Amino acid sequence: MSDVLIEVKHLNFYYGSVKVLKDINLNVEKNNITALIGPSGCGKTTFLRCFNRMHDLYKGNRYEGEILLNGENLLKTQDLIALRSKVGMVFQKPTPFPMSIFDNVAYGLKLKGIKKKSEVEDIVERSLMQAALWDEVKDKLSSPATSLSGGQQQRLVIARALAVEPDIILFDEPTSALDPIATAKIEELLTHLKDITTILIVTHNMQQAARVSEYTAFMFQGELIEFDRTEKIFTNPREELTEKYITGRFG
Amino acid sequence: MRIEKKRKIKNYIALSLATLTAIIGLFWLVFILTSILIKGLSAINLSLFLNDPAPPGIPGGGLRCAFIGQLIITILACIIGVPIGVLGGTFLAEYGRNNKLSGLVSALADMMTSFPSIVVGVFVYTLVVRPMGHFSGYAGALALAIIMIPIILRTTEETLKLIPWELREAAFALGAPYYLVIKDVVYRGAATGLFTGIMLSIARVAVETAPLLFTSFNNSFLTLNPNQPMPSLTVTIYQYAMGPYPDWHRLAWGASFVIVIFVLLFNIAGRFFIKKRLKK
Ligand SMILES: Nc1ncnc2c1ncn2[C@@H]1O[C@H](COP(=O)(O)OP(=O)(O)O)[C@@H](O)[C@H]1O
Ligand SMILES: [Mg+2]
Repeated sequence: MSDVLIEVKHLNFYYGSVKVLKDINLNVEKNNITALIGPSGCGKTTFLRCFNRMHDLYKGNRYEGEILLNGENLLKTQDLIALRSKVGMVFQKPTPFPMSIFDNVAYGLKLKGIKKKSEVEDIVERSLMQAALWDEVKDKLSSPATSLSGGQQQRLVIARALAVEPDIILFDEPTSALDPIATAKIEELLTHLKDITTILIVTHNMQQAARVSEYTAFMFQGELIEFDRTEKIFTNPREELTEKYITGRFG
Repeated sequence: MRIEKKRKIKNYIALSLATLTAIIGLFWLVFILTSILIKGLSAINLSLFLNDPAPPGIPGGGLRCAFIGQLIITILACIIGVPIGVLGGTFLAEYGRNNKLSGLVSALADMMTSFPSIVVGVFVYTLVVRPMGHFSGYAGALALAIIMIPIILRTTEETLKLIPWELREAAFALGAPYYLVIKDVVYRGAATGLFTGIMLSIARVAVETAPLLFTSFNNSFLTLNPNQPMPSLTVTIYQYAMGPYPDWHRLAWGASFVIVIFVLLFNIAGRFFIKKRLKK
């Protein structure tokens, strides 16, 4: 029943001459949540940002290997705009744009050239519902997005990513700036979202990975140490390093 | 004990000196403002705005031509200065943010904001007025624009740098090209700051006399053609205040009053926008 959405093959990544990702191989299963865990500085963010070619924004960065999305190597694609509508991203801190709630969600549609008002309205409503935010904002769609609480802003950003119907959404520690209640809401939302898209999430919080994900990848110093079903990683890991990390006995 | 007493006396002396100098400073400020307000207010009437200057000795003249000239010169200066200042500041804060040359340009712009404006007047005089053979509103507008540009450039640069980088990355991550990121996200977030910078630069050039004296010069007739010498409030004040006729003095006070009120309002509005932005 599970299909592979993305295949990462022999991925290396360099910041200038510094090699930060070392020969990473991993499959992302469609309609599943895959968590990336590992100590700070091990390269989780760097890895995540390869999928939407965020590193292209800065000079001197270099990729090697392949990331195949539906068979196409996205490290070679020229059309970054199309790529980024297929691969969405949600950041650590909420990033609402300085515009209304409605315009935030509609922004990706505007970029795609979807202009028909009724269509845009429908998609905005659907996306806000999918992000479990509709009931809270339906009466104030024209208010500035910055007037929302942190947790609401993060769900708004998720709605914005959902609006363009991406194949996958990348999350980089999406709850680390939120309180426990807002975090719980986002986690619940994530488990629903895998019905409509695929999720790759970096988390510093191992319990979170255990709670929400089907697959977990453990990274250490730029290498993928172990990748397996989440229960397996957390109950009976193959590698000693993984076990040390998840039991908190890390030296 | 004695040391403490000494300290108290020293403290007392320092405090009195500081207070005294503050009072002296304030005295002149209040003196100038009240005399402008009192003498200016008595010169304010409808004919000041509706009539053109009358020949000396004949009462009832006004400064309509100077008000309109000032307005035209300022608008033209904005048309030249605002786009260059905003786009230049955008370049420094965005495309050229890691460029060494950008730092140099910013430093030069900072220096230019404290340049004596008369130098700008002479510069435009040799560059535009001499070759054209006559004073003109265009030359005046160019001189004011040159003064505005570094101010707008720097406020734009600083305001744009306040917008968090992650916000731009979030827009890139949706597939937006850089120019749309700037237009839709950065400018929108920085709108009040940009506006404030433009307002303050207008308030700054509204009080300039020297650069206009060498460029637009003056004209005692109403003209809407910027290719001719154009009257402005500041140059008119300068000439009328130097003149021998009490009527001219009265008009100069009236014009000073209007300028002071205008600058005051623009500065208050600018500050209001800054406060509003900080609150957000
Ligand atoms: N822009 C950059 N330029 C150079 N080195 C970087 C850059 N960003 C991160 N690094 C380095 O790459 C390594 C991995 O960083 P990162 O991917 O942010 O780790 P994580 O997200 O797992 O904490 C770290 O050693 C970090 O110092
Ligand atoms: Mg990180």
